[in-house]
Amino acid sequence: MSLSNKEVENIAHLARLGVDAQDLDSYASNLSRILEFVEALGAVDTSDVEPLAHPIDMAQRLRPDAVTESDQRELFQRVAPSVEGGLYLVPRVIE
Amino acid sequence: MEWEVVIGLEIHAQLATRSKIFSGASTAYGAEPNTQACAVDLGLPGVLPVLNAEAVNMAIKFGLATGCTVAPRSVFARKNYFYPDLPKGYQISQYELPIVHGGEVLVELEDGSSKRVGLTRAHLEEDAGKSLHEGFEGVTGIDLNRAGTPLLEIVSEPDMRSAKEAVAYMRQIHSLVRYLGICDGNMQEGSFRCDANVSVRPKGQEEFGTRAELKNLNSFRFIERAINFEVERQIDVIESGGQVVQETRLYDADRNETRSMRTKEEANDYRYFPDPDLLPVEIVEADIERARAELPELPDAKRQRFMEQYALSDSDAGQLTASREVADYYEAVVEASAGEGKLAANWVIVELGGALNRSDLDIADSPVSAAQLGGMLKRIADNTISGKIAKDVFEAMWQGEGDADAIIEAKGLKQVTDTGAIEAMVDEAIAANPKQVEQYKAGKEKLLGFFVGQVMKASKGKANPAQVNELLKKRLSD
Repeated sequence: MSLSNKEVENIAHLARLGVDAQDLDSYASNLSRILEFVEALGAVDTSDVEPLAHPIDMAQRLRPDAVTESDQRELFQRVAPSVEGGLYLVPRVIE
Repeated sequence: MEWEVVIGLEIHAQLATRSKIFSGASTAYGAEPNTQACAVDLGLPGVLPVLNAEAVNMAIKFGLATGCTVAPRSVFARKNYFYPDLPKGYQISQYELPIVHGGEVLVELEDGSSKRVGLTRAHLEEDAGKSLHEGFEGVTGIDLNRAGTPLLEIVSEPDMRSAKEAVAYMRQIHSLVRYLGICDGNMQEGSFRCDANVSVRPKGQEEFGTRAELKNLNSFRFIERAINFEVERQIDVIESGGQVVQETRLYDADRNETRSMRTKEEANDYRYFPDPDLLPVEIVEADIERARAELPELPDAKRQRFMEQYALSDSDAGQLTASREVADYYEAVVEASAGEGKLAANWVIVELGGALNRSDLDIADSPVSAAQLGGMLKRIADNTISGKIAKDVFEAMWQGEGDADAIIEAKGLKQVTDTGAIEAMVDEAIAANPKQVEQYKAGKEKLLGFFVGQVMKASKGKANPAQVNELLKKRLSD
């Protein structure tokens, strides 16, 4: 399986990664080689295998519905780049 | 060409748990920004989600109430996308193995017929935070109190064929989740939200047309308007030679139009994968039985019981069971009135319903309590007041003048049942209207109403109408 430069650009965009145009070729060939490597798994017959959701064969433990957290806004907002009136500020997002 | 409309809804119901789906932070609405956003909700490094047992229990209840299959094993997945109100960069949701799937609801339509709407699935997921754009210059404020609030996303089959059907279905689900006590249904606060997938196809065509997803439908009125607008838009596009684009469109209530939100090429490229932080959820028979035991009486069963227990018509019972609040109020009125089921139905639906409508109030905010209304009905039943006077008493109770008995006493509204007193008034009415008496005796029996009116007027409405009728008939035939 081989990835086109366009696909690499798209994947980079989905991950919000900046990729220089000059590096696209090498990323495309490196990523394609990784995919080829993994593709070896395709040779195994998995028709009788139940899809694995988690490597640990256990069920999720549940917690009772109780409020256990207290307000630590001040502590958390100390590391935030920008806050105002209790809100975290981010560059303007417009839909 | 004749077009057929195809609609499927995705309803997001915030579950009424005390704490969030994966953290112990409070879900209470209206707190100061970010005071209920803990380290897990903020997606700080090293935190782990732990699933809320009650969220699972509520999802099971919904599944049981809609005939869904409760999955013995379901899996949480990460839905990846970037948005500032989603701090982790992914939303924990369910993809391939939702907690319940494959049920249906019977929706009652305006014309009284009912329609089956299939439920594809309902899955658990976490809500995102809120972005606030107003009041800031060049920046957006983020409040993450809502982040991590449990949501049940209820996905219908594309079974609806008009905006009205979609609204009827949404009302049905809205009523159901409130009956179940799993969601407060408050649409203004965003506890109950809806996206609609809308497409059109030539009537008779098997395959579906390209659909648009409408967002931001936060009231029953808007959903109907938005769908109708969108249907017209799509038909216009096709009839003028264009093609409908699959996209997300936002409904603008002020302009009553839908507009394209983003034609993002990466649309729906959410790259779901099982969340490694969460193990599969296993639900055993005992969990299901526990949820079943907690199920309240559901709307259809209640309606049936109301018809039998209180001898109500199907339509009255339907109106009284449309919401749990109205049903509870009604039953409290019946109890306070010592069993006046039919009378209580009339008063709750007609008089109280009308007054609430005029004042734009919910029954929960009714100025007249169920106990007060029931107390007044008792006085109608025991002939202390007539139905006509009762309207004045009701009005006084509505204005906060106290209980029925106190108002009847204070205003001297007690019905005159003393036969002697009524007889005197009857005789007076007959003596004062010899011409009418003659006509009545000549066969114009409709004039009885005229005499009743005279007597009631003389008694200032306080004479017992049944007695007046009876006495008049007797006297006039003498």
